[in-house]
Amino acid sequence: MRKIYDIHGGIHPLENKHQSLQVSSTPAGIPPQLFYPLSQHIGAPAKAVVSVGQKVLKGELLAAADGFISVPIHASTSGVITAIEPRPVPHPSAMPAPCIVLDSDGLDTWIEHSGVEDYTQLERSALLQLIRDSGIAGMGGAGFPAAVKLGVNPERGRINTLLINGTECEPYITADDILMREQAEAIIAGIHILTHLVEPTEILLGIEDNKPEAIAALRAAAAGTAIDIVVFPTKYPSGGEKQLIEIVTGKQVPSGGLPADIGIVCQNVGTIYAIYRAVTYGEPLISRMTTVTGNAAAHPRNYEVLLGTPMSWLLDLAGYDAKRNQRLMMGGPMMGFTITDPSVPVVKTTNCLLAPTVEELPAPDPAQACIRCGMCAEACPASLLPQQMYWFAQGKEFEKLEAHNLFDCIECGACSYVCPSNIPLVQYYRAAKAEIVQMRNDHAKSEHSRTRFEARQERLDREAAEKEAQRATRKAAAEQRARDAAAGDGVEDPVQAAIARAKAKKAGQAEPAASADPAQAAIEKAKATRAASADLAPEDKARQDLQKLRERAEKSRARLTESREAGAQDKVIEALDASVLKLDEKIATAVAAMADQGWSENPQQAPADPAQAAIERALAKRAAQAAAPALSPREQLQKNLQSVEKSLQKATAKLAEAEQENSDKVEVLQQSVQKLTTKQSQVQAELTALED
Amino acid sequence: MALMRITSPHAHGPLSTAMVMRTVLLATLPGIVALVHFFGFGVVVNILWACLVAVGCEALVLKLRKRPLGFYLNDASALVTATLLGIALPPYAPWWLIAVGVSFAIIIGKHLYGGMGYNPFNPAMLGYVVLLISFPLEMTTWGAPLGINQVGAPGLLTALQACFMPASVDIATMATPLDLLKQNDSLLIANLWTQQPVFGRWAGLGWEWVNIGFLAGGAWLLYKRIFTWHAPVTMLASLTLLAAIFYDSGSSASGGSPAFHLLSGGTMFAAFFIITDPVSSAVSNRGKLIYGAAIGALIYIIRVWGNYPDAVAFAVLLMNFVAPFIDHYTQPRTYGHSKGGGRSS
Repeated sequence: MRKIYDIHGGIHPLENKHQSLQVSSTPAGIPPQLFYPLSQHIGAPAKAVVSVGQKVLKGELLAAADGFISVPIHASTSGVITAIEPRPVPHPSAMPAPCIVLDSDGLDTWIEHSGVEDYTQLERSALLQLIRDSGIAGMGGAGFPAAVKLGVNPERGRINTLLINGTECEPYITADDILMREQAEAIIAGIHILTHLVEPTEILLGIEDNKPEAIAALRAAAAGTAIDIVVFPTKYPSGGEKQLIEIVTGKQVPSGGLPADIGIVCQNVGTIYAIYRAVTYGEPLISRMTTVTGNAAAHPRNYEVLLGTPMSWLLDLAGYDAKRNQRLMMGGPMMGFTITDPSVPVVKTTNCLLAPTVEELPAPDPAQACIRCGMCAEACPASLLPQQMYWFAQGKEFEKLEAHNLFDCIECGACSYVCPSNIPLVQYYRAAKAEIVQMRNDHAKSEHSRTRFEARQERLDREAAEKEAQRATRKAAAEQRARDAAAGDGVEDPVQAAIARAKAKKAGQAEPAASADPAQAAIEKAKATRAASADLAPEDKARQDLQKLRERAEKSRARLTESREAGAQDKVIEALDASVLKLDEKIATAVAAMADQGWSENPQQAPADPAQAAIERALAKRAAQAAAPALSPREQLQKNLQSVEKSLQKATAKLAEAEQENSDKVEVLQQSVQKLTTKQSQVQAELTALED
Repeated sequence: MALMRITSPHAHGPLSTAMVMRTVLLATLPGIVALVHFFGFGVVVNILWACLVAVGCEALVLKLRKRPLGFYLNDASALVTATLLGIALPPYAPWWLIAVGVSFAIIIGKHLYGGMGYNPFNPAMLGYVVLLISFPLEMTTWGAPLGINQVGAPGLLTALQACFMPASVDIATMATPLDLLKQNDSLLIANLWTQQPVFGRWAGLGWEWVNIGFLAGGAWLLYKRIFTWHAPVTMLASLTLLAAIFYDSGSSASGGSPAFHLLSGGTMFAAFFIITDPVSSAVSNRGKLIYGAAIGALIYIIRVWGNYPDAVAFAVLLMNFVAPFIDHYTQPRTYGHSKGGGRSS
């Protein structure tokens, strides 16, 4: 006899299992319309692979697994797909979710399928793939993909114990019980398949002592095998995976860990049966055993139900009296959730449909104050302190809740069950858990944003520092130039300077062209432009800036009109409007500044080189002179005289001015006046001679 | 009919807070019967008058706090407080003494802290200590354990008179065994026993039976799983241990035998009806072990070396202070966690 370990806490609610065990299981038949929610398991929802209007056969793939932790869904009868759209599904949230809708043709035609003749000849991976492709998810209630559990990473350590869960500790539910009674041979055969798959050193099947018929059937079927049927006293929640493991092995699954961490893999008997059908007959998971019970159902019993069958169909079969029922539940009275729409389908995890009368499960009494009686702590199978956690949950003291191991709560409901003050404790823990998870997510998100912000800030700072450094270099260069200029003889040869500038510019333009790397080229070009603009005379620079401003204003205006036409948001238009205004303002300021400096806005069309300009001007003058009609000598003389007289006048005026100012130019001017006077007399003499 | 939408669990156990309270009230009966048998009807008058005052105070405060009267009065917690205080007070105490104690317990000890479930101190013990400090004379005058059948034993009428017209009757009083033992510094324990008629077989005459009565009631509550064994057992164990250590073979300096301490004063009453008050005690089982043991030790220390006749109320109030501290360090090991608080492997 194997040693049985006791778990902490636990309760003994009324079992109420006998009602549905009066008769053997019956097929529920084929409803006219079936619904397949794409998410019937833990993990990613399956992806529909059929289209509306498509004819499908029984067992045909409707939706494929989407990712590793996901399972496919198969048609449970033949018919036509009429819709793929959100429909009400059995979920605590009561929210509609994507479903495949199948109108059955009543023929129930199977797709071609066949089992594996000798699974022992099959590769482990092939066998796992077969279980995976058969859409098998944990049928005890959680719906975790069976293949994922069985194909657990060998790095986590060897699986020593294969544990089959036949506990079914929830009141009312008898689906596993009836399955074990009626399909004991198949279950044992299924266990052999799993034994081949995981190669454990011990195989245990845990079952509560309130199922003597099932125990007898299993013992008979398992006679002569290595399978140990472990019977232990009935207590809720012995059927919880962690609890069952402790009962039969004395070990505890580490908090936050998996049974595989301690060398155990656990599967429900319903799952084992499904695996047996899949391997032996090639049938995917398309039906399951579901208990329909509660005093509002006249014929409580177990039904072999096609997945996707509306619950209302089952309720009708069981003689459901809606008038006597106030709350309809999927699952048992301890962990089940309420269904508000009876049209939702039976899914892979629907082990029970409970329709109690009001007297049977009365509405909860209003909660009273917690007197910290500690009955909840006595009942808790996880050895938590529910009364303290309730206190912290009320005060939203999340840190303390986590310190009290809130996340080890399995939400079995034992604490709420025993609470004399009718406090819905589990509800508080669920809410607190959700809130903490939300907070963790938010925290992770804000942490991410913070890192990003900091990275950006760093980049901006770096760029600003670089700009500052460049500015400093430029400033230093400018100062150097100014100093050089001052050090020179004061008068820079403008011609030389212009030539040097032009050369520099040419060199600057030539250089980037030589560079192959476009980025490098762009940088160099920018540098060159900057260098060029640094070299520009302030007047030219101002002109250039003004030009740029005008271009920008033009662009902004264009964009404004564009967005107005496109009917952009008011905000956008406002922003553009503002920027146009601002640019206009800037332009006006720039124009005013230039006017102050006495710079013309329009640059001379002449080339920048003043020497060249002077030459050209001279040439033009000569050409003009050449082009002028030839004058007579007299006229020539007269003209000369006029110009000399003009010069003399100017010089005399200047002399007077200089004399008045007592300038040092007086001497020079006196000389020139003398010269001019002499010239005047000469010319006059010539003219007189000519006239004579 | 629209279907309900509630979260699990949907089933609820049969127990309610009101049932817990009524069970506790019922369990006080054997002790009360013993008290009546030896000390007369004084205790009954105490309890009834205390209950009346308690319900009046409770209703008044609930009205002031705008709470539904019926819903809260129905939980019978005020009756439990009143009954416990009524038992603890000396029989034939004047009406005003009881009224002051009970109203303090309910209004200040319970409701000013937020009402049921929120009081850090045991309200009955708070009321008791207020009276003991304020009215030491009235609080230490105990009737003689004459026995209800004896000639001159006060009847129900006398008890009512003693309560409501204190000046009109004269009740025979006697020092309690705990007082006598404390004052004794010359006689051997054996001699003391023979010289003083108030001593019985193990402890005070009558007192031993009163304690046995409360022990019986407590055992029944344990059986009914109203509380766990942890606090009562360690309290009695630590009291016994200290009494054994300082028994000094019954010399004149002896603190009294373990049996004497277990069956004297309010020992059993405290062990099963006072320190098991869940609201003001430690919560985890390990915490209750510490809580109970500390109360047992404090009771012995205050009884033998302190100045007050009985020590239960002070010991309990002191440990009420400590309870949250104990809670902090005695969190049970959660499933899947190692002893150090981390994950088990």
